[in-house]
Amino acid sequence: MSFPLLTATAVLPAAGAILTAAVPAARRTAAKWLALLFSLGTLVLAAVVLVRFEPNGDRYQLTESHTWIKDFGVHYELGVDGIGVALIALTALLIPFVIVAGWKDADPLETKDNKRWRPTQGFFALILMVEAMVIISFEATDVFLFYIFFEAMLIPMYFLIGGFGDRAHSGTDEAAATQRSYAAVKFLLYNLVGGLIMLAAVIGLYTVTGTFSLSEIAELRANGGLEMSTNVERLLFLGFFFAFAVKAPLWPLHTWLPNAMGEATAPVAVLITAVVDKVGTFAMLRFCLQLFPEASKWATPAILVLALISIVYGALLAVGQRDIKRLVAYASISHFGFIILGIFAMTSQGQSGATLYMVNHGISTAALMLVAGFLISRRGSRLIADYGGVQKVAPVLAGTFLIGGLATLSLPGLAPFVSEFLVLVGVFAAYPVVGIIATSGIVLAALYVLVLYQRTMTGPVKAEVSGMKDLKARELTVVVPLIVLLIGLGVFPKPLTDIVNPAVTHTMHDVNKQDPKPEVEAAK
Amino acid sequence: MENLIALLVAAPLLGAAVLLCGGRRLDRIGHWLGTVLAAGSFLIGAVLFVDMIGKGADDRALHQKLFSWVPVESFQADIAFQLDQLSMTFVLLITGVGTLIHVYSIGYMEHDERRRRFFGYLNLFLAAMLLLVLADNYLLLYFGWEGVGLASYLLIGFWQHKPSAATAAKKAFLVNRVGDIGLSIAIMLMFTTFGTFAFGPVLEATGDTGEGKLTAIGLMLLLAACGKSAQVPLQSWLGDAMEGPTPVSALIHAATMVTAGVYLIVRSGAIFDAAPTAQLVVTVVGAVTLLFGAIVGCAKDDIKKALAGSTMSQIGYMILAAGLGPIGYAFAIMHLVTHGFFKAGLFLGAGSVMHGMNDEVDMRKYGGLRKYMPVTFITFGLGYLALIGFPGLSGFFSKDKIIEAAFAAGGTQGWILGAATLLGAGLTAFYMTRVMLMTFFGEKRWQPDADGNEPHPHESPSSMTIPMIVLAFGSVFAGGFFGIGDRFVNWLEPVTKFEHPHPPISIPVITGATIAVLLLGVAAAYLQYGRKPIPVVAPRGSLLTRAARRDLLQDDFNHVVLVRGGEHLTRSLVYLDHKGVDGVVNGTAAAVGGLSGRLRKLQNGYARSYAVSMFGGTAILIAATLLMRAV
Repeated sequence: MSFPLLTATAVLPAAGAILTAAVPAARRTAAKWLALLFSLGTLVLAAVVLVRFEPNGDRYQLTESHTWIKDFGVHYELGVDGIGVALIALTALLIPFVIVAGWKDADPLETKDNKRWRPTQGFFALILMVEAMVIISFEATDVFLFYIFFEAMLIPMYFLIGGFGDRAHSGTDEAAATQRSYAAVKFLLYNLVGGLIMLAAVIGLYTVTGTFSLSEIAELRANGGLEMSTNVERLLFLGFFFAFAVKAPLWPLHTWLPNAMGEATAPVAVLITAVVDKVGTFAMLRFCLQLFPEASKWATPAILVLALISIVYGALLAVGQRDIKRLVAYASISHFGFIILGIFAMTSQGQSGATLYMVNHGISTAALMLVAGFLISRRGSRLIADYGGVQKVAPVLAGTFLIGGLATLSLPGLAPFVSEFLVLVGVFAAYPVVGIIATSGIVLAALYVLVLYQRTMTGPVKAEVSGMKDLKARELTVVVPLIVLLIGLGVFPKPLTDIVNPAVTHTMHDVNKQDPKPEVEAAK
Repeated sequence: MENLIALLVAAPLLGAAVLLCGGRRLDRIGHWLGTVLAAGSFLIGAVLFVDMIGKGADDRALHQKLFSWVPVESFQADIAFQLDQLSMTFVLLITGVGTLIHVYSIGYMEHDERRRRFFGYLNLFLAAMLLLVLADNYLLLYFGWEGVGLASYLLIGFWQHKPSAATAAKKAFLVNRVGDIGLSIAIMLMFTTFGTFAFGPVLEATGDTGEGKLTAIGLMLLLAACGKSAQVPLQSWLGDAMEGPTPVSALIHAATMVTAGVYLIVRSGAIFDAAPTAQLVVTVVGAVTLLFGAIVGCAKDDIKKALAGSTMSQIGYMILAAGLGPIGYAFAIMHLVTHGFFKAGLFLGAGSVMHGMNDEVDMRKYGGLRKYMPVTFITFGLGYLALIGFPGLSGFFSKDKIIEAAFAAGGTQGWILGAATLLGAGLTAFYMTRVMLMTFFGEKRWQPDADGNEPHPHESPSSMTIPMIVLAFGSVFAGGFFGIGDRFVNWLEPVTKFEHPHPPISIPVITGATIAVLLLGVAAAYLQYGRKPIPVVAPRGSLLTRAARRDLLQDDFNHVVLVRGGEHLTRSLVYLDHKGVDGVVNGTAAAVGGLSGRLRKLQNGYARSYAVSMFGGTAILIAATLLMRAV
């Protein structure tokens, strides 16, 4: 038996989480370094996965398969396709930045008794735990295995949101604690409801197919041994899709995200939107399309409309926000609309674009949100109106913030442009009107980003801002690599498309769809 | 030879990277580095040009493919360059004028502590603009297109501490983004129609599809051009863009970037040739804008805004010519190049005046400056004569050709377009004479400012005057050099095609009429601004004047409809999101099974209990299912 590389990629951060949590209270710094070390180790393993993966080889590679609960047909089955590899790489890449950016977010307050303060260890342990669960979700090729970790990651996320709020808030500490626990409970309840509905569908799937294994179901389908009536397929699809749409999140199930991202610390907000939410859109591609191809096509019109609403609605709401972090949250809702649009356009460009979008959105939101976090920690306020003229006193901070913003508005030359344009083209080829309406996102994104930049960074220097320090070395080590990645993947995304394209070809095959031919060729 | 093309872009790109990331230690040499790299790009362009003219007219185009950019199945975009006569014309204009403006900025920005960054942005602009004109496909052109938009945003807002500059920068970017929708949709339409969006294959395949598709593509390209080239209805940003430092206005908002729309239409000529409806709309947009800009230019007291109105108007001429098809393409580009010389020169002159006048821009506070700054006066004066089309100077050759071609459009359309271009020529003469008289003639009208500082007008340093002199040479001689013997037309003919225009009235009559309206315009301006003293405070003016001062009320319209309307929309959505969507979902959750009361007891705030109940629930469900199977 070969080395279980995929298992190791998930187990390593989990082990790191346990060890980090066990570090004695007084050795906070050691705990941080330990967590960082484990996240970097995971990054190395993810890199090995990336290298070992052959884009044009089998659909699922590096597979591992063990029977787990025999009586129940549950297997411990792992395997990755190009889409999974890309998202594992994104996760493993972002976590070290999240850890370094959050280096001081869980330090004890000066007024507290420092010696017995343990939450610092917990903060970093929880981040690693989330990483482990997210990675295994991207690897699971058994529906039940996926479900367990899809749900289980709610627990560490709940504690990260509810236990470690943003210290910049208006109002009393008590009011802030109330808001924080409201956000955490809302996050939990929304996702639990989604998860419970999915659980019903998972069980339903089992009663129909007698197995949870993707490969076995695919085999059944190929042999014609799968008897699933149209109505059952549709119901099961809806059960899965609902859970993923909560997680993604899709309008109108989005309202937990602004609360969660607003109240959490900036690195945790990045963890939510850049990493955890991606499991939702990933699962749409992997499970909805693959298990329920006909139902997916049946639901496409409605989903496209909801995705369009998400794009426009999220962007308009972002324009109207007064809180920097909530603005980024609504921008993310708009971007998730694009991702879902690309997935359900059911064209190669749409789906490759959507996958690239997941990766690029992760990097660009991390860049924007983490710099926003650095800004907020300096001034102690999340309100846009409390800033002004920052570029004069902290030009590097302002410059990196602008680059993060430009990535968010998909400026050509930066990575998100490639994915957004691919999604637009992919949608336009199949549904021209939908594609045209979606282009309104191009203008609205520019509006919320540039208004945010103008109000915070330009104009006369506000008195409270005048003493603000520019980015420090630790902060630069977070921001600079992200910017380099944004430029690199914007100019040369080919390594990524080479991995993703073959996987998308499989997905297109699952739903039995072909790209529309260009008019000139079709006429011939 | 083709391997040099990438270097054209790489040189200024390197400059931008080094200057923007280099930090303060480069402050002392940054401006020299930027200038040398701009000049280096010009030299590479010159080498390529010499090589090009050594070859036969039909095999001058060069290609260079660097690598595959975005490959997804049939969607294939490359980072690849195409250098033909049209691109070459732009390369020389961009790097030539660009280098001169770098030199000028050394002096102009001498006292600005962020001069290094300014040169970094200028280099970034050059790289993006060269990418725009060298791209061999529409998606890469889009890359350059947005790149120049970014550079323009950064440079308009260069003095970000001024709220007006920050607002103007944002406005320019946003209005351009509306145009970008056009470019995006055009590319998507090309992809679904032709399966490609590279220039060569698309422009050769226009015969394979219907007129409807081509009209749609043409109109979308026009929308993009309207944004970038400040044409009606997307013109409102250009006047505000004058908030940027004056060298920026000269390079980006007069000579090069704003003409990108003309490039786009001429480059896509084959599409427009096969879509007469789109062409008609192009000419109408051009005609409306040339009059719109001229009227605004007549009313502005701010010297840069008067020149901005003029730029808008002159680009209107170019767009109109580009809409005329093969009789107009070459003339559009020829006017673009001569305009590049004299308008850049005029802006640099305006900058020189402001430099000597404590950055005052109100022409009502100038007067009689010819005595204090003779070099500025003479170079500005030559630019002025070139712009109004004084016989023998550059503008005369290039504008006259557009007026002839407009008449030659045929039928009623030809008469209307011809009349518009003639009227525009008269207005041009009027507003430019007004600028000339208010600035350089009459009595001095400046006064000490609030702090008691009185301006001491003086000539600018030679780093500023030399570029002005070079551009003045271009303003005087370029038109004649290009026009006589159809040199310029023959040069572009392999790319843009050419048909001789045949206007319904003889060419000498048109030339005579042009000169007549020119003299009328000059005379009218002289009567109003030369004979009478100019009030320091602007008189109330007629209704039209007042409207023109406010850019013919477009901003007011935008404010009421877009800004206010948008604010109301977002505000009500924010309210609804909180009360409505959230409320409904929460409410439903609470109502389900009437559990809310009992649930409240369970909501004891301890996350532990949530986790336990969650696991408990899951465990029960699994157990239940297992039991079912066992039975």
